[in-house]
Amino acid sequence: MYSDKVMEHFENPRNIGEVENPDGTGNVGNPVCGDVMKVTIRVEDGRLAEIKCKTLGCGAAIATSSITTEMAMGMTLDEAMALTRDDIAQALGGLPSNKMHCSNLAVDGLHEAIADYRSHNS
Amino acid sequence: MANRQQTIYLDNAATTMVALEVCEAMLPFLGESYGNSTTLYHLGSAAQQAAETARQQVAGLLGAEKEEEIYFTSGGTESDNWAIISSVLGQKKRHLVISSIEHHAVLETCEDLAKLGLEIDFTALPVDVEGRVNPEELRRALRPDTALVSIMHANNEIGTVEPIRELAEIAHEQGVLFHTDAVQTAGKIPVDVKELGVDMLSLSGHKFHAPKGTGALYLRKGTRLNAFMHGGGHERNRRSGTVNIPGVVGLGKAAELAGEWLESEMPRLKQLTEKLWTGIAAAIPQVTRNSPVEGSLPGMLNVTVAGAEGEAMLMYLDMHHGICISSGSACTTGSLDPSHVLLAIGVPAETAHGSLRFSMSHYTTEAEIDTTIAAMSVEIEKVRAMSPTWDG
Repeated sequence: MYSDKVMEHFENPRNIGEVENPDGTGNVGNPVCGDVMKVTIRVEDGRLAEIKCKTLGCGAAIATSSITTEMAMGMTLDEAMALTRDDIAQALGGLPSNKMHCSNLAVDGLHEAIADYRSHNS
Repeated sequence: MANRQQTIYLDNAATTMVALEVCEAMLPFLGESYGNSTTLYHLGSAAQQAAETARQQVAGLLGAEKEEEIYFTSGGTESDNWAIISSVLGQKKRHLVISSIEHHAVLETCEDLAKLGLEIDFTALPVDVEGRVNPEELRRALRPDTALVSIMHANNEIGTVEPIRELAEIAHEQGVLFHTDAVQTAGKIPVDVKELGVDMLSLSGHKFHAPKGTGALYLRKGTRLNAFMHGGGHERNRRSGTVNIPGVVGLGKAAELAGEWLESEMPRLKQLTEKLWTGIAAAIPQVTRNSPVEGSLPGMLNVTVAGAEGEAMLMYLDMHHGICISSGSACTTGSLDPSHVLLAIGVPAETAHGSLRFSMSHYTTEAEIDTTIAAMSVEIEKVRAMSPTWDG
């Protein structure tokens, strides 16, 4: 059902946890739907210097969280804001269609964390 | 990488391994003895003979009065569809009563019938926190136009055994036919059609060590039920289609074995289930048992784990330990909602996503249960450590 890339990220998820004293935090998902993510970031010189994610969810949720943190690391905030769910799914070699909307939330969490950072630093 | 050196198979409610004895019984009919059971020459009569022996074996497992009451089908889903669709279409009455925790083979069939524009409707009875139907609810739900009551013998997700005898009596008092889906109970606990008092009963071979694609409908003699599959008039004109002789032989052998194993397996599996539960509950905080302690299938345990999602847990258990189990999380139900059974017994959606089902068989060992408890403890800690909602 899952691609090798999804399985690889699921088995070894990157950047799990929370950034200490984060510059921005994004909380997305809903326990009733089964997927909840908390993305925390540290910003340095307008770039993402540290991204961490905590995830409650299925295999796809964990894998998308992992690869999102990996892909966005070092990006400018604008570049990270331009990332889409499709970009994440593509980087994972595709996701089952029923997972595209409920589990592919990490990029939304990242965007929310950036918006949170910007609301304090505008 | 993945540990594929061991397989601990605890998903026997999904399907089971074909027993070696079953395999051996089937082999001649996959080879030299390939006749069609409706033909007159020697190959045909050998096939017919084999099918009739199998019919006796299945009738024996179910305590059926006559082997002619057994009709071979392709499995539980076909038997359920047949019993429900033909019952309602064969009568002027247009109302069905089921429970809210039926298998999808019953649930979806009723939902589909209700959409056909034939003025068919159905009532899904609620269940209590253990998943049990209250017979009084059935009494209230019956109407003069009720054609059939179909309530499962035991639930496939939590294992609750329903009071079928009492429910069937209530239906019969009102002259209503009674069907039970015994897919999870046939070969696992005593299933005696006379004791249960049912008119129809569905079973599936692959749930008790026969191959997939085998099953039967018990139809009490004298019960009117139109054919569902039309064609060459097999199965005494009730279920057309060339009889799957190897499959039927396997089903019969598996029924015989299950009958032999039943008495010793029931207490053994009950003991293993309690061992699994006490082991998990002692090692892992905030785990809830969804399967009733009493009046439940021996060998089935459904739990919910707070702060962890079912699919993730089952995938790590498979990947690192070769453990095969299932979950009622939305991700594994193939819809956006978690298990309708867990929701019906009052488990909140947010915890239902963290449900796991273990189901054992004749081949499950105590050592496998020990390994599973230890593996659960390791993997759940990892999954919880990743969760933003778990603070230990």
